[in-house]
Amino acid sequence: MDYLYYLRKEKMPHIWCDGCGHGIILKSILRVIDKLGWEKDDIAMVSGIGCSSRTPGYVDFNTLHTTHGRAIAFATGLKIVKPNLHVIVVSGDGDATAIGGNHFIHAARRNIDLTVIIYNNYIYGMTGGQASPTTPIGKKASTAPYGNPDAPFDISRLAQAAGAAYVARSTVYHVGKTDRYIEQAFLKKGFSVVEVMTPCPTSYGRRNKEGNGVEMMMFQKKNSVGVERAQKMSEEELQGKIITGVFVDKEQNNYLQRYDEVIDKAKQINQ
Amino acid sequence: MENIPNPNVRMWQGNVACAEGAIAAGCRFFAGYPITPSSEIAEVLALRFPVIGGNFIQMEDEIAAMGAIIGGSLGGAKTMTATSGPGFSLKQENIGFAVMAEVPCVIVNVQRGGPSTGLPTHAAQSDVMQARWGTHGDHPIIVLCPSSVRETYDLTIRAFNLAEKYRMPVILLSDEIIGHLTEKIEIPEPSTIEIIDRKKPTDTPENYLPYKMDDSDIPAMANFGEGYRYHVTGLAHDETGFPTNDPKKIRAQMLRLNRKIQRFRNDIVEVETFNTDDMDVLVISFGSTARSAKRAVINAREKGVKAGLLRLKTIWPFPDKEIEALYKPVRKIVVAEMNLGQIAHEVEWATRREKPVVRVNKIDGEPITPNEIFEAIIS
Amino acid sequence: MKKISKITINEKWCKSCEICVQFCPKKVYDMGRFYPVIARPEDCIACKLCEKLCPDFAITVTSPDKAESNKK
Ligand SMILES: Cc1ncc(C[n+]2csc(CCOP(=O)(O)OP(=O)(O)O)c2C)c(N)n1
Ligand code: SF4
Ligand code: SF4
Ligand code: SF4
Repeated sequence: MDYLYYLRKEKMPHIWCDGCGHGIILKSILRVIDKLGWEKDDIAMVSGIGCSSRTPGYVDFNTLHTTHGRAIAFATGLKIVKPNLHVIVVSGDGDATAIGGNHFIHAARRNIDLTVIIYNNYIYGMTGGQASPTTPIGKKASTAPYGNPDAPFDISRLAQAAGAAYVARSTVYHVGKTDRYIEQAFLKKGFSVVEVMTPCPTSYGRRNKEGNGVEMMMFQKKNSVGVERAQKMSEEELQGKIITGVFVDKEQNNYLQRYDEVIDKAKQINQ
Repeated sequence: MENIPNPNVRMWQGNVACAEGAIAAGCRFFAGYPITPSSEIAEVLALRFPVIGGNFIQMEDEIAAMGAIIGGSLGGAKTMTATSGPGFSLKQENIGFAVMAEVPCVIVNVQRGGPSTGLPTHAAQSDVMQARWGTHGDHPIIVLCPSSVRETYDLTIRAFNLAEKYRMPVILLSDEIIGHLTEKIEIPEPSTIEIIDRKKPTDTPENYLPYKMDDSDIPAMANFGEGYRYHVTGLAHDETGFPTNDPKKIRAQMLRLNRKIQRFRNDIVEVETFNTDDMDVLVISFGSTARSAKRAVINAREKGVKAGLLRLKTIWPFPDKEIEALYKPVRKIVVAEMNLGQIAHEVEWATRREKPVVRVNKIDGEPITPNEIFEAIIS
Repeated sequence: MKKISKITINEKWCKSCEICVQFCPKKVYDMGRFYPVIARPEDCIACKLCEKLCPDFAITVTSPDKAESNKK
């Protein structure tokens, strides 16, 4: 496929560091769009603030780069007004689950028909490596110089508990899976989340002696466990592992379908 | 003669008039979060929108509500949110986004006492400066203040018209008294209401510049999903909408952003004068307090004191020229407002402190009475 | 003669991360001084993993059959 067809070529090369996984996720998104044959005019990509949230600037869609953590709120308004648009939100772990955590869980509860792709790199990349809600306990960050005392979120489980219709996790190394999950998420008529684990060598890898992009991806390759296999493993065995796979895939009415029912009722009553 | 009921007469609360004004203006998307004393606006729209093809959504907080109406506006709808003090504080972040990205929308603040949770069920007019400078950075803003139920209806429509015309957020700064006041009003025939819609691009998508610098200072706005694929960001950007660090381009856009309002301020600023032709004492007020001020002026006239009233319907941009045109002959100026002098300070500035400015202020949730203003006039 | 895939590397966009070099299952690339070098193109099986994993949109792999037809 021709990635360049979807890119704003004059904005390239992108700002992401060498070995940053963000570009790999963007490629997966574009491959799926290409496969599904979606028209560029029919796609809106919405983001907050962060390295990951710079994605919309590079793609030739209707693109909206909002405030830190708020992308889902903007996307909700856009989707309601323009229900035929494919609205894709891209977000970082900090953007989606720290400052934007409230919007994230409520959008899942509401089951508004959006796909949120979370680039989880365990860190605040853009601002220089401060701890994020997914930084594991004990890992170093610029604001956790002695090791992080905070416990991390499991974003996929959070989305599941909040009521999302589709939730899956992959890593940038596992491109095939990432493509498959993104495709399923795009086709889901409800709130869908794909969490992709991605290396941030600059702000996380180096500080935690996890190496460069290649080494961090090697780690993903060796330490990912499918969700079915993980179920048969003990807590100890799962230490330090990345559990990948589809966590939720269910059919339930989405917000707009339920609002259509509201319209029907309101019209009956007000006849 | 037979009594034919007038179909345009309504017995409405200020907040209901606001919701109905929004509908009349063409608003079809509302996102909000409940807060006293503004909730009736949301409640009316929750009831009405499903029947007339609109969308109502209760968001998880005011930040989200503000974000949602910006998203909705980019999709092409006229959008609104309504709140009060604490919620207005939360909206500031995304109000700044709407200013920067030039996205039309209307924010209603039915003022209550502050700071913090303050006085949830009592009126105040203490968000004057927050409405002007609540979000960070140099920015223009338009703020309208209604003094009656009918005017709430009219100014809500006007808020949408100005938002669409100048591509920016407009704040309707009401207060608890006006919001909860019920009055019998006659609304205009829908066909007589002026409705303004945003300027659509005439350029082809290839040539479209969402932040084009041209003589109008107001770039045409394309809706998302209608063939114009462009980029919207809160970062400083150039004509194309993409972020830039070029000081020249940033300066040009920032100056245009602020010039929009300076240049068209005469179209935006509206005031009402009452008995100002031969006055000795100029009373300045706005919102609910202007009602007491008008009564005070009438009472003063009865006592032989030549008082006149300037009522501010627009408070930002500030009606400095209108004040300038009036204050020279007067002995003193009385400014009545339910805060500690936020407008009085602007009045002193506009009049270069050439006249004594007597402040009538109240911040305890009680309305300012006509008598309190009267005393200040005659003292 | 064995048909070989056409691999191009856009050096303007490549950031020398070596992901392509390390993850190619057939070890087609060597790392050069700045950019990957297509050292063993004949070993390429056109799996496109390098293309998919290059974060910088710098690699294009055209499989042999397509590469052939493009020549016409
Ligand atoms: C309201 C607000 N607070 C803080 C910031 C500063 N800030 C910018 S990006 C960012 C964190 C981004 O981290 P993440 O979402 O994980 O994305 P990444 O950069 O790692 O891709 C922060 C804290 C901001 N822009 N706005
Ligand atoms: S700082 Fe980290 S997340 Fe940001 S571009 Fe660099 S590697 Fe990627
Ligand atoms: S297509 Fe596959 S085999 Fe060929 S160079 Fe790329 S990764 Fe190696
Ligand atoms: S993966 Fe891409 S950016 Fe990295 S070295 Fe290879 S060609 Fe260059």
